[in-house]
Amino acid sequence: MTEIFGVPIQALFGQLMLGLVNGSFYAVLSLGLAVIFGMLNIINFAHGALYMTGAMLAWIFLEYLGVGYWWSLLLAPVCVGLIGIAIERLMLQWLYKLDHLYGLLLTFGLALMIEGLFRDLYGVAGQPYSIPEELSGAFNLGFMFLPKYRAWTIVASLSVCLLTWYMIEKTRLGAYLRAATENPRLTQAFGINVPLMVMLTYGFGVGLAGFAGVLAAPASQVGPLMGSNLIIVVFAVVVIGGMGSILGSVVTGLALGIIEGMTKVFWPEASATVVFMIMAVVLMIRPAGLFGREK
Amino acid sequence: MSRRVSIAYLIGLGLLLLAPMFIYPILVMKVLCFALFACAFNLLLGFTGLLSFGHAVFLGSAAYVTGHALKVWELPTLLGLLAGAGAATLLGWVIGSLAIRRQGIYFAMVTLALAQMVFFFFLQAPFTGGEDGLQGVPRGTLFGLDLADDINLYYLVLAIFAGAFWLIQRTIHSPFGQILKAIRENEPRAISLGYDVAKYKLLAFVLSAGLAGLAGATKTLVFKFATLTDAHWHTSGEVVLMTLLGGMGTVFGPVVGATVIVTLQNELADKVGSLVTVIMGAIFVICVLAFRRGIVGESLALYQRMIGQKSR
Repeated sequence: MTEIFGVPIQALFGQLMLGLVNGSFYAVLSLGLAVIFGMLNIINFAHGALYMTGAMLAWIFLEYLGVGYWWSLLLAPVCVGLIGIAIERLMLQWLYKLDHLYGLLLTFGLALMIEGLFRDLYGVAGQPYSIPEELSGAFNLGFMFLPKYRAWTIVASLSVCLLTWYMIEKTRLGAYLRAATENPRLTQAFGINVPLMVMLTYGFGVGLAGFAGVLAAPASQVGPLMGSNLIIVVFAVVVIGGMGSILGSVVTGLALGIIEGMTKVFWPEASATVVFMIMAVVLMIRPAGLFGREK
Repeated sequence: MSRRVSIAYLIGLGLLLLAPMFIYPILVMKVLCFALFACAFNLLLGFTGLLSFGHAVFLGSAAYVTGHALKVWELPTLLGLLAGAGAATLLGWVIGSLAIRRQGIYFAMVTLALAQMVFFFFLQAPFTGGEDGLQGVPRGTLFGLDLADDINLYYLVLAIFAGAFWLIQRTIHSPFGQILKAIRENEPRAISLGYDVAKYKLLAFVLSAGLAGLAGATKTLVFKFATLTDAHWHTSGEVVLMTLLGGMGTVFGPVVGATVIVTLQNELADKVGSLVTVIMGAIFVICVLAFRRGIVGESLALYQRMIGQKSR
């Protein structure tokens, strides 16, 4: 078998794909964080918990209602988005005039509540969620086997990212959104309902997290703790990339996923910490982040 | 310091001296450790305006270093405590100098991420005992007193707490503390007045980390073990909650907050199981939405309003 740097090529590409899968989750989650931050000036700590909620909802739909993967892929993000809208209306909207830190603290409290609730209901152990039939099996690419579900995850997340980018940068709604981010008062004066846009933005941002959660459900065990460790890595991704640009956060997310995957091959002990190490280096060299601008 | 405040301090100290006769000393010691932890944290959040979301890592690293020093190196107790606090101070310098490169919300995320990195290090490093933690740390003796006796240990812990509290109190009211408050209120102005803001922030961070470490080191002595929980981000969240609930930027707030939270956890742990996390989260949400000045802050505001009405 062919080897590169003493690693079998099969294993190398396997980890590369796994890294890409993780990277596409980082991309979708950091994109959601960036969209929310741009509009609400809030770092959504509950993002990981809502990602987990998406996955748990998919599992609950299947387990209790018999709703399959494809419907869940549509319904769970919508449900998570509605939860997000409720959170924004009931709580977050009272914090916009205060220091940004309060938004972080409130969403942290929410994350604890959501996580604790699911832990109380379903225990800590993960639940299996099987891959839908259409996507089980693998493509034979000649030099490696590519599991269909992994390929689907990457394609689906990147399409969602691209769609979001298109919506924000190229449509009229996106133009309103960008205007409201830049100067909410002036935008409001032009007759655009800014509070409504803020509400929808938050709903959409956490909906993205819910979507990522459903995508992740068959790829790993579905459990209450799946979001909290992920969100800290995503924070590091956001610090590395900066939240200034959408494509920036997508590229950073993917790149870090790949780097993490490669670290698993060449230096397994560091695979859990490599993203944080990169963050430390970036902070030393370019404190504003790779794509960021200091405000 | 006004006379009324001094009297309040003396009464508080007196109550703490007598406390182990009425309350289980281990519980009071736990409260004191977390109160010190929260006070150290408040020095940063309440008086410098920096929200560190990774402070548990200083508690945890000091707990491990002290545990290791006492158990494996068999150092005397006092040296073990100093080793723990020293390690946390050093770590605070490293993390602090990286984190102060970003501001506000990013500062919180950077500290959280760096703390998570250290957490993974502890998870994998051989000396921490991984998931099991470091068990069976001997308490040793101090000036011929056997610290295995809870009452003896209690007075050591109380002395540590009182000393550290006094130090924090002095820091807040020193010229250095005034500059920290100036940075909190208006950083650009502090810069324009010629203060090297980065240096002051770093110093506050290191001091806070060192004192948090002292709390962690003492905690190891009390419970005779150090575990991953000490360094977990949940603990970082807890200390934020204690400070917020008690009242950030007040001297006594963190002590009150820590007392309430530790007692609450102690009471609820057997009754509601994993719902404790939900309750903690709910307290967070309520504090942020309706109770931002915390218990002490709100009480002070109420007191001042009453005085104001009287004089009118």
